[in-house]
Order: sequence, then C-alpha cells, then structure tokens
Amino acid sequence: MSPSPADPPAREATEQDRIVSEIRTAAGLPPLRGGHPDRAYGPYRSTALRAPSQPLVVTPPSLPERFAPVFGVADVGKLDHDLTRQHVGDPLGERIVVTGRVRDGEGRPVRNQLVEVWQANASGRYRHEGDQHPAPLDPNFSGGGRCLTDDDGRYRFVTIKPGAYPWRNHTNAWRPAHIHFSVFGTAFTQRVVTQMYFPGDPLFGLDPIFSSVTDEKAQQRLIARYDHDTTVEEWALGYQWDIVLDGPAATPEDPDEQ
Amino acid sequence: MSEPTAFPAASTALPASMTEPTPSQTVGPFFAFGLPFDGGGDVVPPGTPGAISVHGTVRDGAGAPIPDALLEFWQTGPDGRLPSRAGSFHRDGRSFTGFARVPTDRAGDYAIRTLRPAAPAGSGDAPHLAVTVFARGLLHHLFTRVYFPNAESDDVARANAADPLLASLDEDRRATLLAVPDGSATGPGYRFDVRLQGPGETVFLDLIPGSAE
Ligand SMILES: [Fe+3]
Repeated sequence: MSPSPADPPAREATEQDRIVSEIRTAAGLPPLRGGHPDRAYGPYRSTALRAPSQPLVVTPPSLPERFAPVFGVADVGKLDHDLTRQHVGDPLGERIVVTGRVRDGEGRPVRNQLVEVWQANASGRYRHEGDQHPAPLDPNFSGGGRCLTDDDGRYRFVTIKPGAYPWRNHTNAWRPAHIHFSVFGTAFTQRVVTQMYFPGDPLFGLDPIFSSVTDEKAQQRLIARYDHDTTVEEWALGYQWDIVLDGPAATPEDPDEQ
Repeated sequence: MSEPTAFPAASTALPASMTEPTPSQTVGPFFAFGLPFDGGGDVVPPGTPGAISVHGTVRDGAGAPIPDALLEFWQTGPDGRLPSRAGSFHRDGRSFTGFARVPTDRAGDYAIRTLRPAAPAGSGDAPHLAVTVFARGLLHHLFTRVYFPNAESDDVARANAADPLLASLDEDRRATLLAVPDGSATGPGYRFDVRLQGPGETVFLDLIPGSAE
C-alpha cells in the first residue's frame, strides 16, 4: 500500500525547524518603540554575547548628538551611485535601479545627506575575505556605493540584484536577498543602518535577521516595492524603497550652538 | 475621438508608511568594502599639534575581542563647536572634521586621532565624544560617550561632576565612560574599551530629547 497523502513520512525536526519555532514564539511579543528589533533576539545566535544585558540609560542628547556630520560633494564620487560602472566590464546579474526618499519622522525630506550601500553579487558572494560561500566572485562587481540625497530627499542607485547566500547561524541557514543601507539624518540620533529586501522572498519566514523585526507592519517597511514606472525600458528593473529616520531632526534653538 | 482611458499606476503595492521609522538591521560581518574609508580614523591629519589618540578594544559578553565592529565618533572641537562645513569624510590634510569611522581589526582594536573636544557651547555637558557602535550580532546600533578622566585637571573633574549623565550613574558604571590616560610615542593617548555585555559592560544610551530636561 502506498502512503496516504494525509500521512507523510516522518521527518526529524531540523535546526531550521527549531529556529522557525523560536521565530514564531517571538513574533507574539509586542514590538519595541519604532518597530526596531530587540537586540537580545535569540534566533539570531550572534546576539547571545553581543546584546547588552543592562538597560539603556535614558538621557537627553548632547550637542553633538543633536546634530549630524555634514556631507557634501567632496564626500561622494560622481559614479559612486552606480555599482555597475566601477569596473571595465558589466557585472553579471539582473540590473536594477533602487530609489526612494529619505524622510524624518515628520515626513520632511532629509536633504544632502549621505546614503551608503553594500551588497553581495548576483551569486550571493561578498567581496570580503570572511565570505566563504563557494560561489564565484565577479571581477566586475565590488558591491559598495554612495550617494547624497537631493532636495526632495531622494537617493538613487544602479546595481544588480544580489543573490541569497548561506550563513552559519544554524544548519542550512540562508539570508534572503538584501542590500545593506547606511543613512545619516540631520541629527546623530537619527543614524540608521538597515537592510532592504525584495518583495515576495520565500526566505523571509526562515530568516532570523529579517524576523527580528517582530511587528508585521514594521517588517513591510524593510521590503522594497517593484515599481514599473521606475523600470527603465530594455535596461533595468525598478524598485522603490523609502526610508524614515527615527528620532527628531536637528532643531537649533540657539544659532550660537551650531 | 474617445477619451483617453485612465490607467492605474503600474505599481504593485501601496507606498510604505511615510512616518513610521524604518527598522534597524545588523551591519553584518561584510561591511568592510562598503563603510570604512581611507583616513576614516583621522579626525585631524598626522602631525597636528595637540592631537590625541583615542583607542581601545571592543569585547563581547565572554570578554572576547570583536573583530567585526564599526565605531563612529562625532564631537565638538577645542572651541566647543561642531564643524559645520560639508565634507565629513573628506580628508584634505588640514581640517578638523569632527567625524571618525573605524572598523575594529582582528584583535578587536580600533584607534582614532583627533583633537581634545571642549565642553559643548551653551550646555552643562562635560567634554565628550559621541560614539555609535555597530557590529555583527547587534541588531540595532548602540550609543555611548567617551569622557575624560577626572585626574587630568580640576576643570575636568568639575565638568564631569556637573555632567547630567555622569552624575546620574553609580561609580562603577560611570567608570565605563571615562577614558584612561595611555600615552604613546606619537603623543597623548586615551584608552576607551567597549564591553558590549557582562562584567564592566559599557553604559549605552537611549537618547530621548527632553527626557531629563
Ligand atoms: Fe549581507
């Protein structure tokens, strides 16, 4: 007799199953302020020895913390926003345009501030000595870029879609495709480093880093949206991803303080 | 001729919320080709009169050095003001930029060269460097501050005693924010170690405007 479909062959729980079960347990916890991940998020194993055990000390920001470094054209090369033109040849992979606006918590555009990105190549390999994933490096792709936001707070990068890659958090752990972002606002307290994901990735629910954002609405804010109006005919697919900074913008009370 | 048909925008989803923050994610282990830049630790150029070094080791809860952390520093100059000129990454060989970014090395060590900050103009805060710590395994960066040791001078001791943050901490915790004099052949230096967790855990800050004012 063949096994009935209602009675699948027994399968031993994998380490991934345990991670998913931990992710589901944590998903019931109330989100932190701003939807940020709890630093002591168990399914991401590296947090165990790196998340502080003492509560943060609440204090008003000092002068340097209320303002940010100032960036300008001297900080960014003309082609720094185009990761497909940093070498003689074209990188392999699906060419994409990633663009969006950086705003503060009141919806105001963050102008002339620095946005930096870094990412794996189309095969899911970083140009980094620590990346042991046996996938090919691309001689035409380094994976780092920079730009300044314009007067509308808009940034724009041209790159290739990064591949998913394995990591050592647990057996058979894979990161969903992502681009790392680093953004400055007008105050040091607005600083954010995060990751942008692509819509519909099947790895979301299996990934403890994405899932460390336990609030579903906050998770959605990490996912770019495919935008056909951004797509460039016969050249590149377009994605829109807006970034909202936490914490208030710089508010000079006293012009002398600047 | 018929009216042109209105098509909906070709997008597949609604725009993200305009006011809810974008959540933080870890910097991960592979930021080395994206974030560090040449001269990132040189807030002032080599040979600048009065330059100090601030250096230390970043450690985890087991006391092991962290080789994949990234630190950023932002501070007032000797005049108590923040640099306001654009170009915080640009190293022109002359200017004090106020901003540093350094990765830790394989031994978990970092170092910057800067000028001693003065107390921020118009505040009761003692002279300090604002610090942001990023690392693999840290899902959200941490803020802390480097203050200077009381033993250095009566002025420093007085300023530290009046500093609202330092004054709010017990002695053990306060000590984690005080740099330790540690001169080197290249000039005056200060050791500032960062301990993410465990014994001697560094004081990390939740910077909420108006929280104690
Ligand atoms: Fe990554």
